[in-house]
Amino acid sequence: MDNLGTFLSVLSQGLPFTIIATVGGIALTIVLSFVAGLALLSSSRTVRIIARVYVEGLRGTSEVVQLFWIFFALPVLVGFQIVPIWAGILVLGLNHGAYGAEIVRGAVQSVPRAQIEGAIALNLTPAQRMRRVVLPQAVVEMLPPFNNLFIQLLKSTALLSFVSINEITRQAQQVLVPRFNPQAFEIFLLLLVMYLVMSLVITAVMRTLERVAAARVGRTPSARSRRQATGAGVA
Amino acid sequence: MIEFDGVEKRFGDHVVLSELSFAVAPGEHVCLIGPSGSGKTTILRLLMTLEKVDAGTITVGGTSLSHMDKGGTLVPADDKHVREVRKRIGMVFQQFNLFPNMTVRGNLIEAPTRVLGLSKEEATARAQELLDLVGLGDRMDSHPTQLSGGQQQRVAIARALAMRPDVLLLDEVTSALDPELVAGVLTLLRDLGASTDITFLCVTHEMGFARDFSDRVMMFDGGRVIEDAAPEKLFTAPEHERTRAFLHAVVDR
Ligand SMILES: Nc1ncnc2c1ncn2[C@@H]1O[C@H](COP(=O)(O)OP(=O)(O)O)[C@@H](O)[C@H]1O
Ligand SMILES: [Mg+2]
Repeated sequence: MDNLGTFLSVLSQGLPFTIIATVGGIALTIVLSFVAGLALLSSSRTVRIIARVYVEGLRGTSEVVQLFWIFFALPVLVGFQIVPIWAGILVLGLNHGAYGAEIVRGAVQSVPRAQIEGAIALNLTPAQRMRRVVLPQAVVEMLPPFNNLFIQLLKSTALLSFVSINEITRQAQQVLVPRFNPQAFEIFLLLLVMYLVMSLVITAVMRTLERVAAARVGRTPSARSRRQATGAGVA
Repeated sequence: MIEFDGVEKRFGDHVVLSELSFAVAPGEHVCLIGPSGSGKTTILRLLMTLEKVDAGTITVGGTSLSHMDKGGTLVPADDKHVREVRKRIGMVFQQFNLFPNMTVRGNLIEAPTRVLGLSKEEATARAQELLDLVGLGDRMDSHPTQLSGGQQQRVAIARALAMRPDVLLLDEVTSALDPELVAGVLTLLRDLGASTDITFLCVTHEMGFARDFSDRVMMFDGGRVIEDAAPEKLFTAPEHERTRAFLHAVVDR
C-alpha cells in the first residue's frame, strides 16, 4: 500500500464535511426529536396531527429524494440556493428527527404512571411533572436507541455526495478511485475503517452518557442489564 | 373536612362506587377496610384528583373537587381550582412512588420549592426536620434505591408531610413491605396521628393498626359502606355478617 499517505490525505480533506454534517445533523435530530416526540403526546389534537404528518412524511419517503428536493426543487420555489452543507444538515436532521420523535414518545410513555401520580399528589404542574420527573427518567431509556440512530445518521452522510458535498465517500469515489482504480479495494477498506472509527466514537460518548444517566436514576449498569435479562419492568 | 355525597364512579360499564356518602371530621382518623376490589383505593384516588367522579360531589374543607363557583353558577373545575384544593391533600402510595431521578433531599424539597415557593434553605430545613421525625435524619443524600422499602416509605411519608397537608391519604402503605419493616412504619403513623391535627383517611389490612389508630372504621364491600363504627365496636361486636366473615378471614390469615 504505497499510496496510503495519498489516500489518507485525500480522504481526510473530506472529514470536516462528514464530521460537520454528522454533528450538525445530530444536534438538529435531538431538537426535532424532542419537539416532535412531545408534540405526539400533546393533549391538543391539532398538534398531534401535525407531528404525526411530519413523522410519517419523513420516515415514509426516501432520504435521497428529500435531499434532491431540498437541494434542487426548493431553490426553484423560494428563489435561493441553500448552502450545500446546511441543506445536508437539514435533511439529515429532519429525517432522523422523525425516527427520534418515536424514540422520545416511547421513552416518555414508558415512565410508570405511578411516577406521574406521585407528582400530581405533590401538586406539581403538568410542565413541572414532565420536566422534573418524567423526562429525566425517560432520557435513560432514550439513549441506547439514540445511539443507533446517530450511527445511522453518520452513515447517511455518504448520501451528501449526491449533492456534491466533498465528504469522505465522495472523496473516495470521485477523487481517488478514478486515479488509483486498481487499488479500489484498499481505498474502500480505508473508507470503511474511517466510518467504523467514527461510529465507535459515537458509541463511546453515548455509553458514557448512559452510565451517567443510569446512575442519576439510581441504577447500576448491572441492575439494568439484569432487569433487561429478566424482562421485568420498572416498578 | 371530607364529604362524599352520592358519589358514583364507573370504569366503563363496571360500577365501582354508587351512591356513596360519608363524611370525615377535621382531625379525625378513619380507616377503610374491606376485601380487595371493593373500591377503597378508588375512594382515595378520587380525593387525590387522580380520578374523576361520574356523579355526586366530593368536598374537602368545604370546597368541591369537581366544580367551582363562577359568577354564582357551578361550572366544572379548572386546573387552577383543582390545584388549589389539592394543596390541602397529601397521599402516600403502596409502592412509595419516590422519584428515582432525585436523592432523598430532591424528593423532599422539589414540591415545597416549586409549588409552595419556599427557598431552597427553608425547604431543606423542613426536609431535615421531617427526616429526623421519620428516623432517617442521616439519609438526606441517599438515593431512594439505596434505602430499604420501609425507609423508602418513611421518606414518602415525609415527602407528603413537607407539603403541610390538612388531609393525608394512606393507601395500604405497608402492603409492599417485608414483614419486619411494617412495625416501624406503623409506629411512625401512630406518632403522627398523636402529634398532629391532620385528618387521616387510610386503607389498611393491618387490623391491629386500624384498631388503635382510628376514631372510626368503615367496612367496605362492593363499593358500599357496610358498617361504619368505632373500632372497639366494629372489631369486637360487628353488626353485619359480611364484616364478621371478613374479619375472620383476615385475622385467621
Ligand atoms: N383504572 C381502572 N380501570 C378499570 N377498572 C379499575 C381501575 N381502577 C380500579 N378498577 C376496578 O375498580 C374496582 C375497585 O378497585 P380498587 O378501588 O382498587 O379496590 P380496592 O382498593 O378496594 O382493592 C376493582 O374491581 C378494580 O378492578
Ligand atoms: Mg387497593
